[in-house]
Amino acid sequence: MEIKVFVTILLSTIFINNYVLSRMLGLCPFLGVSRKLDSAIGMGLAVIFVMSLTSFITYPIYKHVLVPNGIPYLVTIVFILVIAALVQLVEMVIKKISPALYHALGIFLPLITTNCAVLGVAVLNITSGFAEPGASMGLLKSVVQGFGGGIGFTLALIIMAGIRERLEIADIPENLRGVPITFITAGLLALAFFGFSGMKI
Amino acid sequence: MNYWKEFRKGIWERNPQLVVGLAFCPTLAVSTSVSNALWMTLAASFVLIWSNILISSVRKVVAKHLRIPIFITIIATFVTVVDLLLNAYRPDVYKSLGIFIPLIVVNCIILGRAEEFASKNGVLVSILDGLGMGIGFGLTLVVLAVAREILGANKLFGYTLIPGMKPAAAMIMAPGAFFALALMLWGMNAINARKKRK
Repeated sequence: MEIKVFVTILLSTIFINNYVLSRMLGLCPFLGVSRKLDSAIGMGLAVIFVMSLTSFITYPIYKHVLVPNGIPYLVTIVFILVIAALVQLVEMVIKKISPALYHALGIFLPLITTNCAVLGVAVLNITSGFAEPGASMGLLKSVVQGFGGGIGFTLALIIMAGIRERLEIADIPENLRGVPITFITAGLLALAFFGFSGMKI
Repeated sequence: MNYWKEFRKGIWERNPQLVVGLAFCPTLAVSTSVSNALWMTLAASFVLIWSNILISSVRKVVAKHLRIPIFITIIATFVTVVDLLLNAYRPDVYKSLGIFIPLIVVNCIILGRAEEFASKNGVLVSILDGLGMGIGFGLTLVVLAVAREILGANKLFGYTLIPGMKPAAAMIMAPGAFFALALMLWGMNAINARKKRK
């Protein structure tokens, strides 16, 4: 176990296999919440937190509950219910502890349940290995992957929000307004991120 | 109840991706080849139709405040069925669709139809609604996949089209997916705007 492994996981989840621009996960919030920069930052923080926590909880459930009992095929049902419950719990805890934080993140939390990046990272944690391909990862590596995935999502979201704030005042052909121009911008961003795929770590 | 109208609306007027704007993740990620797109359509439609059947038949028993967790559990059950079936009979398809099979659970179309349609309507009309929406979803997916496979891999259904020609590899990667879908959405907007003007 070296520090290099974690750096590799972080770099590859943030840049090389960016969850939004390369794996194409979590596009609904990417389109929905990227209109304003401050709401993009709020959503990004909420996603980073939930993705790390989801990785921290779903991996042990798979490894120590589902596999020993011979029911790994229930993974989809269990994970989605765990994520839904987790998001509810986080919402209640934040509301109780820090009303200011709740005010900033509150409206984004219910949206996260159906964010496919969250279920995606939970499934990827148990199916893909970084050190040895095909093998599942340890708990710490899973959490790092969840955290890095969240950062990558936030990075894409913030860049997009910055661009879209300027697009608002641009003169765009009528039928291209809204989602189509956002997808063209996302394509250009993906093209830029595509350049990272040649990076050797 | 106009059965034909309920069936037809998902294909064009209320097309899940192009008009309503749902389910972009599987549409972009799975449209790398036509066979992937067809299998994804089959898998998602199977889940959509069965969850519509089950949800519309239990709609009078389900408590209102508990409906979302119940719907999600029902959908996840059928996704598990698809997952196991594909893993057993078509391991090649299972491998190439990858995590997008479990991710059918969070496909907004399915929960959206459960909430908006199946929880309020009868079984038969819910089947037709699911069938129409499934065809609409698949149509967009297959058109996108045909364009991307021809341009990005110089192939169609896995057969090389023009021997010796170099394809534009970016079309099969993520950027090409975004551009191709943006063009489709643009076209759809233009058609609808022209219809409205008439």
